[in-house]
Amino acid sequence: MNFKTIFKKLMAERMAFVSLIFLLILVIVAITAPYIVPHDPLKQDLTKVMLPPSAEHWLGTDELGRDIFSRLLMGTQSAIKAGLFAILIPLCIGVPMGIISGYLGGIVDDIFMRIVDGIIAIPAILLALGITGALGISLWNAMIAIGIVFTPQFARLARGQTLQVRSEPYVEAAKISGAGPIWTMVKHIIPNIAPPIVVQASFNLSYAILVEASLSFLGMGAQSPEISWGNMIQQAYSMINMNPWMIIYPGLAIMLTVLAGNFLGDGLRSALDPKVKKA
Amino acid sequence: MFLKFLLRRLLYVVPMLIITTMIVFSFILLIPGDPVLSLLGENATPEKIEQLRAQLGLDKPILIQYLDWLKNAIQGDLGRSIFTGQYVHEAVFSRLAVTFQLVVAAMLFAVVGGMFFAITSIYFPNSWIDYVARFFGTLGSAIPNFWLAMLLVLLFSLKFDWLPATGFVSITDNPVGFIKSIILPAFSLGMVGIAQITRHLRSSLMETMGADYVRTAFSKGVTRWQAIMRHGLQNAMLPVVTTIGILFGNMLGATVVIETIFAIPGMGQLAVNSILQRDFTMLQGVVLIMIVIVIIINFIVDIVYAILDPRIEY
Repeated sequence: MNFKTIFKKLMAERMAFVSLIFLLILVIVAITAPYIVPHDPLKQDLTKVMLPPSAEHWLGTDELGRDIFSRLLMGTQSAIKAGLFAILIPLCIGVPMGIISGYLGGIVDDIFMRIVDGIIAIPAILLALGITGALGISLWNAMIAIGIVFTPQFARLARGQTLQVRSEPYVEAAKISGAGPIWTMVKHIIPNIAPPIVVQASFNLSYAILVEASLSFLGMGAQSPEISWGNMIQQAYSMINMNPWMIIYPGLAIMLTVLAGNFLGDGLRSALDPKVKKA
Repeated sequence: MFLKFLLRRLLYVVPMLIITTMIVFSFILLIPGDPVLSLLGENATPEKIEQLRAQLGLDKPILIQYLDWLKNAIQGDLGRSIFTGQYVHEAVFSRLAVTFQLVVAAMLFAVVGGMFFAITSIYFPNSWIDYVARFFGTLGSAIPNFWLAMLLVLLFSLKFDWLPATGFVSITDNPVGFIKSIILPAFSLGMVGIAQITRHLRSSLMETMGADYVRTAFSKGVTRWQAIMRHGLQNAMLPVVTTIGILFGNMLGATVVIETIFAIPGMGQLAVNSILQRDFTMLQGVVLIMIVIVIIINFIVDIVYAILDPRIEY
């Protein structure tokens, strides 16, 4: 199955395709946010507090007169960063460890899997809280915590797939023809374990955005003046009696992004799994 | 035979406990710089610094530190709070009952709601309720729980004034007050559960309803309702049990957010406060006890699963 057929299959899953486009737009917004925001998201204007939506301020202004739409766009950065950390750190640490553990087997594998089981047993948000609590409160540390939280899942997944692939005839054949362990892992194992990892990465994106928003909401991620959808909700909550509408937008942004990640994950799963046939 | 099975499962739980305790203990290694100075801040008195240094035993090798800490923890002594000087285990256990009531109520919402949606959606396929169930199943796990909580507060507390926006009443003090105070937090916490149970139960019921033996049962005159109840649920309960096990850990973790919003004095709120106050020993203690609870619950779920599933031989 080559890239083109996978892409075609993914296109056939309508929701997954729409989600992919949505996420790509978000990434572009995150990168270009400082240049495309209509107003400075940090600039306070106490003559224009809590304005309703208008042509100038599309989503109105907050309690300090800051433009909510601009803040929402800037908040994309924290969300996308969290998603990236939740994919890249596990990819760089968890996957290699999982492959090596599965490939070597034996006592290394046993010890390693016990550790992974132990970490997975800890609810994600608790582990993230514990790590942030120790490292100190900052958005950067929250991102590191999110990356660590998602690492063992990738390790377990990579290990399980490696175990399956390890005894396939073509891997055996490669070994017999004199391929070293590193060559075998890179050339034969990684391409074969990639599909489930791509699917998991997509779900990680969703979950990481939820965890980041929760941490920022609790005041343990983005610190003002840093902007995250999570701390936008927290600020809006303190104004809930005066302007309930302010909590709606960042929450919707989180929900749509998480939904997109989930749909993309579902779509990728059926596009990448040769066993699932489209009815 | 069953005893042997229990022992085997226990043998799996013990290394798990050792590893999770190691992880929680090793949080201290992540504190940048000198942990004692970093935790106490710049204007700490020398006595206080000495006291904390002695409590943490930082001059000893790390393995000895861990073993000392573990020995004390097993005896129920998790040290004293850096911030208030209170015993950590007392603070945590005084809040255990509150969090327990919240999580159980949320689980009730999840199980009852999930079963209701799944069963009705299978009973009336392609009806409006089927679409509502599918909608909930997809949307429910994407809604941030703290946002949902606020929307509910906005609607039911601020607009209609039906339910309190914050606070907690224990079920032992005032059952009616308990129900009023728990509905919003428990629903916000249980929403993910409703969604997941609906999804899993619905797809597994759908699979069963298409099976040959169910078709045979239909041809013998069994009604749709009987088929769902007798064949469907019997097969579908196992994945639900697994889901409940996973949900429990997630919900316990999510109490940190929900208890903060609703000002519920439980373990989650304690965890959040201890981070904001840089109360490291307290944080370690709360996280440790929550994890131990999750592991115990998962152990129980495994046992229940084995009892329910006739295919598993002890």
